Amino acid sequence: MSEGAVTLAASTRRRGVGRRVDRAFGILTAASGSLVLLVLAYMVLTTTNTALPVFRAEGISFVTGSEWLPSRGVFGILPFIYGTLVTSAIALVIAVPISVGLSLYLTEVAPAWLRGPVGYAVDLLAAVPSVVYGLWGVFVLLPLFLQPIAEALGSAFGFLPIFAPPASGISYFGAGVVLGIMIIPIISALAREVFRAVPADDRYAAYALGATRWEMIWGAVIPRSRAGLVGAVMLGLGRALGETIAVALLVGSRPSISASVLQPGYSMAAVIANQFQEADAPQIRALVGVGVVLFAITILINMAARLLVWRMVAER
Amino acid sequence: MSGAPARRSASGGPTTPMPDALLARGPSPRRLWTDRAASAAMLATVALALLPVVLIFYYIIREGFSAMNWEFLTQSMPYSFRKEGGGFLNGLIGTLIMVGVATAVAVPFGVLAAVYLVEYGKNGLLAQLIRFFSDVMTGVPSVFVGLFVYTAFVVPFGFGALMGAAALAIIMLPIIVRSTEEMLKLVPLEIKNASYALGAAKWQTVTRVVLPSALPGITTGVLLAVARAAGETAPLILTALGSLTITTKLLGEPISALPLAIFDGARTPFAAGQARAWAGALELLLIVLVFTLLARVASSRSSISR
Repeated sequence: MSEGAVTLAASTRRRGVGRRVDRAFGILTAASGSLVLLVLAYMVLTTTNTALPVFRAEGISFVTGSEWLPSRGVFGILPFIYGTLVTSAIALVIAVPISVGLSLYLTEVAPAWLRGPVGYAVDLLAAVPSVVYGLWGVFVLLPLFLQPIAEALGSAFGFLPIFAPPASGISYFGAGVVLGIMIIPIISALAREVFRAVPADDRYAAYALGATRWEMIWGAVIPRSRAGLVGAVMLGLGRALGETIAVALLVGSRPSISASVLQPGYSMAAVIANQFQEADAPQIRALVGVGVVLFAITILINMAARLLVWRMVAER
Repeated sequence: MSGAPARRSASGGPTTPMPDALLARGPSPRRLWTDRAASAAMLATVALALLPVVLIFYYIIREGFSAMNWEFLTQSMPYSFRKEGGGFLNGLIGTLIMVGVATAVAVPFGVLAAVYLVEYGKNGLLAQLIRFFSDVMTGVPSVFVGLFVYTAFVVPFGFGALMGAAALAIIMLPIIVRSTEEMLKLVPLEIKNASYALGAAKWQTVTRVVLPSALPGITTGVLLAVARAAGETAPLILTALGSLTITTKLLGEPISALPLAIFDGARTPFAAGQARAWAGALELLLIVLVFTLLARVASSRSSISR
């Protein structure tokens, strides 16, 4: 691509000092770039090494055990893994339809003057720090929506195990709803880009066949966007899995597993934030172990999402 | 489908309305109603998405302003969450110190790494690895970064501002690398060649031509990273720990930060502590929004555009 630039640059390198400075600068930039890889590798090694005694002592029961009794040195983190997965799943159930519908509206339906302002407003959600979401969730959303909705669900569908009472807004459900709000801007920002990338010719072809607007969206836009949408959802999921503070304030901090989403539980990130300050040395090792497992889960999700998004961009 | 040549309207937008001629016979009522129901459903999702935006900003402004005053901005916490008065000056100073140090560390490394990706590594193996793992690193849970800094640095050196700054720098680094790379890619080849034609070496071209012309875009990325770091709470719990008093020491003494003070206030059952948390949330949100806004201004001033 920059053939011309390369030959020109080479001709300036004849003088000795300049050449050495040039090479040093190149090495400096390469070292800075490698820093990202080194930091990531060092993070994995140090934390895994710290948690190793707990992994050895607990074995597989570290991730399959449901008893978390720090005072007795028993560390089973299944309740936290369960809580992380359940709250993230609730977040996706809420955020995916809203984000996809919103993005379709903004790219396919909305008049031009409306797109900018609505887009900005939703993007503002991404700027709100998670501790502010937590504060707002506990003191505003909980009494206003979460508690009444949880009680209504509990009394209407309480016969189903997943809505079994006693119903509380401080629960998997409450934390999941706030997580869902937090990931709407992430999913919708990417979804808008993905929809915009669908070629106009595909839309015209659908219209030419007599499709209504919805049939055009369903038949031309959605199939073209599938890979990109999956990537967007997985990035939102990655964020939800690792989100700490808002969940710590809303999930209820009970280290147990319950089938009902209306009951309090715990999540991996939340237990680290909540118990860290009062933990003794063995418990800190166990909490680092929780972090390593959380890291492994999020990194797998993120790598898969990046590969999907990259593949879609490369196909263009 | 293949017979008719593709036609684009002058406005070119994908939402160009359906040509009337094609509606001659029109879809059946059932299909029309499906279409209308779908539009209504999409509109409903817009309302559902805007509802939290309105509710968050309304309550933070209302609750925040009622607890916000000069004393809040200029004084530290009282030693009890029950007591009224005082403010989050300890947190504000901690946030400024830690975000400042983190920025000072992350920006040079991040920008140099981006220079490597664009000017040296290009599509080589190392460059592709750095690109991929920078993207992956932006998805690492921030609480995990906190755990890492705790095990690697807090255990030997103790809690303190430098530890918090290290965690924030690690969070900022991949954001800066990727946003700067995008900006450097936009610098036109012509001005690089002009620089080489004048006899400049590569490092001179990069430092005097490429980086200055991409500066507004780089600034945008840095400001967004700063906004993200200023709002981080979880990694600071494990590295800065928090403190009720003002400290400016970089090492050996726990330090507060605005998000930490808000988190503590949100967990307390006492009204005075909760009121301070709301005022702190307003203060933090304003700081984050100012940086986000500055980022927009910087990007609109960029002389090179897509």
